[in-house]
Parts: sequence; structure tokens; C-alpha cells
Amino acid sequence: MNIPIEEIKKELEARLPDVKFRPVRDSLLIEDPEDLPQVALFLKESPKFLLDYLSSVTGADYLDYLESVYHLYSMAKKQGPVVLRVRVTKSHTAVPSPINGSKTEAGAVQGPRDIKKIKAGKVPSLVSIYRSAELQEREAFDTFGIIYEGHPDPRRLFMWEEFQGHPLRKDYQQEDTEVLETTDIAWLEARGIKVPDEMKEKAKALHAAGLRALAQKPEKPRAG
Amino acid sequence: MTLFGWGVLKGMGVTFKNFLTSYFRKPDEGGIFTVQYPEEREGTAENYRNFPFLVYDGAPEKIRCVACGICERECPPKCIHIEMELDAAGKPARKPAVFDIDYGLCMNCGMCEEVCPFDSIFMDHAFEVAAPERQIGLVRHKKELLKSNEYFREIRPALASAIDQKRKAVEEKKKAAAQPASSQSSGGTGSL
Amino acid sequence: MLEINFGPQHPSTHGVFRMTVQLEGEKICGLKPVFGYLHRNHEQIAENLPYAAIMTYTDRLDYVNALSNNFGYALTVEKLAGLEVPERAQYIRIIMAELARIVNHIAVIGFMLNDLGAFFTPLLYAFRERERILDLFEAVTGSRLMNNYFCFSGVKRDLTDANLAVIKKMILKFPAFLEEFEALLTKNEILCMRCQNIGILSGETATNAGITGPVLRASGVNYDIRKVDRYGIYDRFDFKIPLGQKGDVYDRFYVRVLEIRESLKILDQALTQIPQGEIINKKSLSILKMPRNFKPPVGEAYGRVESPKGELGFYVVSDGTPQPWRYHVRAPSLINLTVLEEMCLGQKIADAIIILGSIDIVLGETDR
Repeated sequence: MNIPIEEIKKELEARLPDVKFRPVRDSLLIEDPEDLPQVALFLKESPKFLLDYLSSVTGADYLDYLESVYHLYSMAKKQGPVVLRVRVTKSHTAVPSPINGSKTEAGAVQGPRDIKKIKAGKVPSLVSIYRSAELQEREAFDTFGIIYEGHPDPRRLFMWEEFQGHPLRKDYQQEDTEVLETTDIAWLEARGIKVPDEMKEKAKALHAAGLRALAQKPEKPRAG
Repeated sequence: MTLFGWGVLKGMGVTFKNFLTSYFRKPDEGGIFTVQYPEEREGTAENYRNFPFLVYDGAPEKIRCVACGICERECPPKCIHIEMELDAAGKPARKPAVFDIDYGLCMNCGMCEEVCPFDSIFMDHAFEVAAPERQIGLVRHKKELLKSNEYFREIRPALASAIDQKRKAVEEKKKAAAQPASSQSSGGTGSL
Repeated sequence: MLEINFGPQHPSTHGVFRMTVQLEGEKICGLKPVFGYLHRNHEQIAENLPYAAIMTYTDRLDYVNALSNNFGYALTVEKLAGLEVPERAQYIRIIMAELARIVNHIAVIGFMLNDLGAFFTPLLYAFRERERILDLFEAVTGSRLMNNYFCFSGVKRDLTDANLAVIKKMILKFPAFLEEFEALLTKNEILCMRCQNIGILSGETATNAGITGPVLRASGVNYDIRKVDRYGIYDRFDFKIPLGQKGDVYDRFYVRVLEIRESLKILDQALTQIPQGEIINKKSLSILKMPRNFKPPVGEAYGRVESPKGELGFYVVSDGTPQPWRYHVRAPSLINLTVLEEMCLGQKIADAIIILGSIDIVLGETDR
């Protein structure tokens, strides 16, 4: 059973007049991510919708911005889905270093907040409202680099802790595992493994040029 | 309230029954279900698909494949490599010079079979594929991949006969189309 | 306090799954699951493939019942592109999906008992029956596990009358096997003592943590997507949703046994109702022949099915090209592990293994 988006829009406008949102493809785009927990809590508690079950949290990369998409259902009323989405900028998302637990400060929002343009760099975490977001937000952070503020355990989910970058972003470049870099060689030699001179020279040349060993992008058959 | 331990005894009864019946009954009715594999074998189903192979009609030179490269492009793990054969004039001969399939990469999905417009590549039933080295043994070349239409008919009779009929019909149609055309053209020259 | 690493190479973790467990004596006082040992970036692989080719990769998600994954993905893309499915294909889909559910549930019960110490006897009884179904899968789909059977708006091969007769025979025989299986297990005192009151999960926590499938229903929440969404043609069949009371390991075990019985009911009805006709929409045949020419309109779709593990969702965003712009899998195996720590706290280390076994994870889906 579907809940018409107009109904939710009407209800939200009446009850939460401060929240700015607009419909995008059968879903609600909440302009300011800071309002997301408010909206989610309202939808969860309101007796009309009772959306008590957060089915899916995922990210998406739309080149200029990142999106976090939420699919809400109601187990009590057996209806849904209601799709919420928020947009965040790409540049502000930094990798928190999980080893010492301190987060790299993501760039603060500068200037007056303009609702029309996406300025937010972080999304507030929904874990306190829906626990099902716990692992899924970690996954979205891992693969897209969307930072969920207030997440109890903001580590990567699939990749190892030292991994750099976010593999599902469209601008992600894969490392070439065949070519060693200077740091790799240092690591190997510290463990008493001999590295051929050829590889060392290649690594030095790369280091001098300030490049990383990136894999050739596979030929993308996007043209169809 | 039943006796404590009755459930365990009942369970033991089930295993004991299974133990006994395994000696007397047929496999389908509770007998020994397993097959001693290398000595005994169960046949494979007709639709069973393993690694792909290429079909030829009659002699290996009459290969159906025209090296169009559709399977190469559509193969999800990209395990097929095709090179077109060139004739003396340097024009494509519509025949593969190189046709390699890396069995180490192939995931037996059957997409090559689905997309092939020339009914040339099909999934084999042979599953005992092993090689000591990946690069040498598991990359199969054209020579090893070629198998006759008779073999194909043997392993997948229903599909093979359907395809044979289809090909026959197409050929007859071609012939029928060629005959009036040739007679017309000859008639044309005659009138000149 | 002792901290040990459970896995990744441990037979009872059902794959390469790792938990860091903090122990006090034998009591668990902390547990953190660690993921990613089988991570293949399924989503990125899919984003570089045409829609039809992704179907082959969905088999590799939950490799115990590939047909449910096929069903979910086919449903999503049909929603996205607005494709129609012929009547006979709908029935075939239901039949195959329910057979896959039976395969999954008996395998899971067998493996769970293996974890419990009932070494291999119940598992092999279960595998004997599973084998018959897998033989049928081989005859119909061409493969035992990696079926790759569904296609957009239909299925790839027809069920012949001989296949249908085999299924019919199987359904008639299956209840006898279940009786035997239950005689062996359900009232067994050892099983009851090991499973009852272990790993209790309340319905409220389960709902909030997004737990789905038999684990949720064992906690007493009546939520089955087959009944809620009525996807495919599930609205035509008469079946019940078995519910548990306590939400312990025993309930999860028994709910699965009952679900097999309900699946048999659905199969029985589907076999009597199945009509003759096309198995694939004529308009969609070209998708099979030329996968790269299939370009769904710009938009997005979220489709979900009740896989035997829980809600399996696919989120696909199309940008009008042959490849999806974004493809996401909502994996029940992963999300059902959210509450693993809570269920294990205060239990013995040996119970953690059965609790994990009763959640029913497949690492191909958890790590993707």
C-alpha cells in the first residue's frame, strides 16, 4: 500500500512549518539535512503514518553532490514506502581517522545558509531513531564518504581502516596493485623482503613526479 | 507431560529406521542416496550448462562463428577474446583466427549462448575441467573449443534439433530467394 | 576479561565472518562483528554492466537461494521500466521462489543443528531432500546454485510437464520428510535445552533495528512482504504467516519449519492453477538478445521481495544509459546482524554460535 506523497507533504507543512522540502521523483528532498531527524521522528511517531521501520539507507553520487536516500515503511500499518533524501556537498567530506578515534574536521559551513544551494557537509545520523541505520550508514560512509554526524561507531564497514578514498564514488580511481610505491617498498624492506631494482626505480620516478600508482580505468562501455 | 528423554529416544528411533531402510529400500524411498562418484555417475540434465564451446558443421573449417564479437562484448567477466581472420587481400574473412576462452574467469552464466545470433557458441556438459596451471591449462584456444554438431546433438538433443531445423529453413529460404534473383538477372542479360 | 577473535576462518561462522568477542569466563560481555572479508564491491561491478548482465551477479549474493535474488532484481527493473509479466511466467516465478525458500530453510536448519553439535545427521537428512530440489533446478535452469533463470518480464526456460510432475511428486513426499525431521528434532530435550530462552529478541527491538524475515516473525511481529506488498501474484494464494512468541533460537528454528509447510501449500495451489501460455513477454525478448540496447527511462525504483533471509531490496537509479547509475542491494543478512551483540550479551560462548546460526547469514550477501 502506497502513501501518496501529497498527503505527507500536507501533513509535514502543517506540523513542521520550519522544514523546507520539495518533492523529487516520488520522494521528499529535505533541503537542509539538519532537519532530517526531526522529519524522521515525526513520521515515526505520528499516528497517521507510523513509519516505524527504516528499510534502506544508501548513498548516491550525482557528480556535483552526494545524496543519502532513506526508504521508510510502516510495519504497524503495513504501508509505505516513503522516500526521504538529503543532499550534501562532496568537497567537505573528509576521512575520519579511526585509529586514534579523532575525526578530521570537516569544513565548516561558510557564510549565511542558502537553502537553494547545497551547503551542508554532514548528515545527522538516524541511529538514535532507527537502529537499522547503524550498519547501513557505516556502509554509505565507507562507499561514498557521506559523514553521518552522531553515529555511535563511525568506522568503515567493508574496507579496512587504512583504506583511502571511497570506492563507489564516480571519481574514485583504483590503485594499481602491480606497481609498488615508495611506502610499499619501505614496508616490504622493513620485513626483510627483497624488492627488485626495477620496481624501486619505477617507484622513485612516480614519487618524484608526485603521482600515485593508479590503475588504468577499464574501458567503460557507457556510450552504448 | 511426557517422560524426560522421550524426545531423544524418538529421535534415535528415526535415525535407526533410516539406518535400516538404507539397506533395503530404493534410493528414492529412503535407501542409500549417495552415488560413488568417479565410478558411478549420474547423468546431467539437458539444460545443464558448464563452460562454452564452439559448434562446427561437418569439418572444423566450417565453423559457424563469424567473429562478430558480440559474445566478447557481452560476456560479464570478459573471458572471451576473439580476433578476426583476414584473407589474402586483408579483408575480414568472417571467421575467427583466434578464439580464446579463459575457463578460469568464466562464470558459466550462459549469456554468450543467449546473445549469439549465429547459433555458434553453446554451453558444454563437460565439467571435469582441471589444469595444473591457470595460464596454460585453463585458457582454451579455438582448437580445443571446437566441437562437432553431432556432439552438440548428443548432449542437448532438443535444442540442437530445433536449431538444425531453423538453420535448414533459413538456408532454403536463401536458396529460394537466390534462384528467382539469378533467373531474373540472367533474363535481364538475355534481353539486353 | 579475555578478548578473542571468532573467525574469519571458523567453520561455525558460515563463511569468512569475524566477531571480536569479550569474555568473562565463558560469559559474553561484548561482541563486535567485523565485516568485509568477502567484499567484492558487487555494486560497482553492477554499475559497469548492462541491466541484463547484472542478473548473473545477483546469483552470487545469497548463493544458497539464487532464485530469490533473481526475483528481487527482475521485479525492480520491471518496476523501473514498466514491463509486464505474462501469466504463466508469474506462476513459474512463484514456484521457483518457493522451492528456493524450502531449499534455504532446510539447509539453514541443518547447519544450525550442526553448530549446536547435532553433528551432520540432521544436516544430511536435510541435504537429501535439498538434493532432489537442486536436481530439478539443474533440469530447469541449467545450474544447481547459480541459476540465472529470471529475465525481465519473464523467465528463460519453460517448466515442462515432466518438471511439473516431478515437483508434484516432491510436494506429496515432503510432508513425510518433515514429520520425520520433526520427530527427530522438535521435542528433543537436548535441542530444547540448548535453544529455548537463548538469544531472546523482543519484537520492538527487532522492528526498530530493521530485522526482517523469519527472525522478525519469530519475535512475534506479523510482517511478511509476500502479504504486505503482494508482489508477483502472491495475493492469489492462501497461506498463513507463522509467528513465534518469545523470539528465542527455538522459535526461529520452528518458524522456519512451519514456513516450509506454508511454502508447500503455496506450491500445491500454484501447480493446480498454473495456466498455459507465454513464459516471456514478446516485447522483452530483445533484452535477452541485445542487452546493451535496453535503456530504462530516467528514474529510480526500489523493489523488495521476501527472501528466505528477510527483506531483500534493490535500489536502482537509471540515467537512461544501458548501465544503471546507481545500484544498491539492501541485504537482509547484513542488517539482521545489527542486534547480534544484544542477543549474545550474557550468554555463553557456545550459545553465540547457535544465535549466529539462527539468524541465518550468507556471507556473499553480508559483505557483497
